[in-house]
Amino acid sequence: MNKMLELEGISKTFFPGTPNAHKALDQLSLTLEPGDFVTVIGSNGAGKSTLFNVISGMFLPDEGRIRLDGRDITFEKEHKRAAVIGRIFQDTTKGTAPGMTIEENLALAYLRSTGKRSLMGITAADRKLFREKLAQLDLGLEDRLTAKVGLLSGGQRQAVALLMSTLVTPKLLLLDEHTAALDPATAEKVLDITRRIVREQKITCMMITHNISSALTLGNKTIMMDSGRIVLDLQGKERQEMTVPRLLELFKEKVSKDFDNDRTLLGQD
Amino acid sequence: MNIILIGALELGLIYSIMALGLFVSYRMLDVADLTVDGSFTTGAAVCAVVSLTGHPLAGLMLSIPAGMAAGLVTSLLQTKMKVQPILAGILTQMALYSINLRIMGNKSNLSLLGKESVFTLTEGWLPQSMSRLAKLPVIVLMVAVICLLLAFFLKTKTGLSLRATGDNVEMVRSSSIDPHFTNALGLAIANGLVALSGAVLAQYQQYSDLNMGVGMVVIALASIIIGEVIVGRRNIPVHILAVVAGSILYRLFIALALRAASPSDLKAISAAIVALAISYPAIKEMIAVAKLKRKGRVTHE
Repeated sequence: MNKMLELEGISKTFFPGTPNAHKALDQLSLTLEPGDFVTVIGSNGAGKSTLFNVISGMFLPDEGRIRLDGRDITFEKEHKRAAVIGRIFQDTTKGTAPGMTIEENLALAYLRSTGKRSLMGITAADRKLFREKLAQLDLGLEDRLTAKVGLLSGGQRQAVALLMSTLVTPKLLLLDEHTAALDPATAEKVLDITRRIVREQKITCMMITHNISSALTLGNKTIMMDSGRIVLDLQGKERQEMTVPRLLELFKEKVSKDFDNDRTLLGQD
Repeated sequence: MNIILIGALELGLIYSIMALGLFVSYRMLDVADLTVDGSFTTGAAVCAVVSLTGHPLAGLMLSIPAGMAAGLVTSLLQTKMKVQPILAGILTQMALYSINLRIMGNKSNLSLLGKESVFTLTEGWLPQSMSRLAKLPVIVLMVAVICLLLAFFLKTKTGLSLRATGDNVEMVRSSSIDPHFTNALGLAIANGLVALSGAVLAQYQQYSDLNMGVGMVVIALASIIIGEVIVGRRNIPVHILAVVAGSILYRLFIALALRAASPSDLKAISAAIVALAISYPAIKEMIAVAKLKRKGRVTHE
């Protein structure tokens, strides 16, 4: 069986050859099996978001290869990859078009599978599907198809963005701290929705989080990053037996930099 | 009906085709496209040259691809060459000045007096007693067809992609839409409409002039904003109607102002109308704040 995602020796240096040169990714390799749900932890600047940016094609790596479901996508354009890679950001305004209605936003996402009918409007069948999917979110959005997304709350917008990314099942879903800007109750709700969609559609998924306990409870693998490398790869029994205090200990050991700066970023709640 | 009113209505509708073009680029795509001053004249020039050979309808039709080509050049400069959007438009506009001169055979104006036009072709539509209104049905028909096509297009999935590019380019970049394609499409459509507007105007006033495009961007923006203030922008069809209404109202203001002032004051009056329309929301807010202050609800700012 094909691996879903294979990263081979990925390096990325920002501002090379200047005093500001910063090695964001350093010979990083990672393999994901289909259906893997990997949580990614690490301090700020460890290279987590850079990793996502390289996978989604926002910029090219300096070295290394990226394969998705057996296909080399190292040099593929961002919008081409986006047809099979879904991505949700921390900033709740990034994933949706605020001046357009909920159904128009969903129709855009649905384009991936209906691209050939690009000169058609939203059909009754589309609407029926959108309503069903929205009803599953349990946020009462199914009756507000023609409301502008800009009128929704951050949590609702994030849920719509999640729906857009998964309306056509992606090969890979990248969640970049997608609940960090929400209040705790809403964050929990959005996480629940995420968990359900990922499980039901068997989506291969990576999630960056600063919340150590959800890093351990969600998904089946956890990786810890530092200075552009993977310093800890937890899975199976080792992961099941891992506790939050023990992981924080490990974090201190593995991380090269002064930990004081990072303590606040790794809450235990 | 008053002849001034009819004239304002006709001109307003003709210029509304251009305003609808800017509605696509400025409002939908969120790009300030200054190609317009050039592509308006391009449309008129192409139309005049083709009309002189006796093909008035072909003149109108050919003006559209000419304008679209200009829009594509601006788009390529913006997207592939990374030239700033405003500068990209200015560059194309500058180049178009020479190109327009070439199209018109190195003459700064071309007369279409006595030549066939879309208006002479339809002269017999209305009885003799209403000849003053004869041009109106043709223009109304054209604008109506354009409005319908535009409203339909913006609801299609391609249209939605174009609007999303203007609404949230961050989202578009991380979705499967190619923002370079939607930018090219939007600017092509916009300048195609602008050129068509210039072409219709050339046949209406029976001449084309090298400088007829000057100031068109400002007039179009004023029309869009006047329309939005008075009609609103609840949804796409309303927004489109607002642009057409705004364009007609702008011409009415100008016509009325000209009755009181001399034609040499025209530019100053136009500028004043535009400034007023654009600052209307700010003025409204000032008045609202002043009212609140009087009621004593706002104690400090």
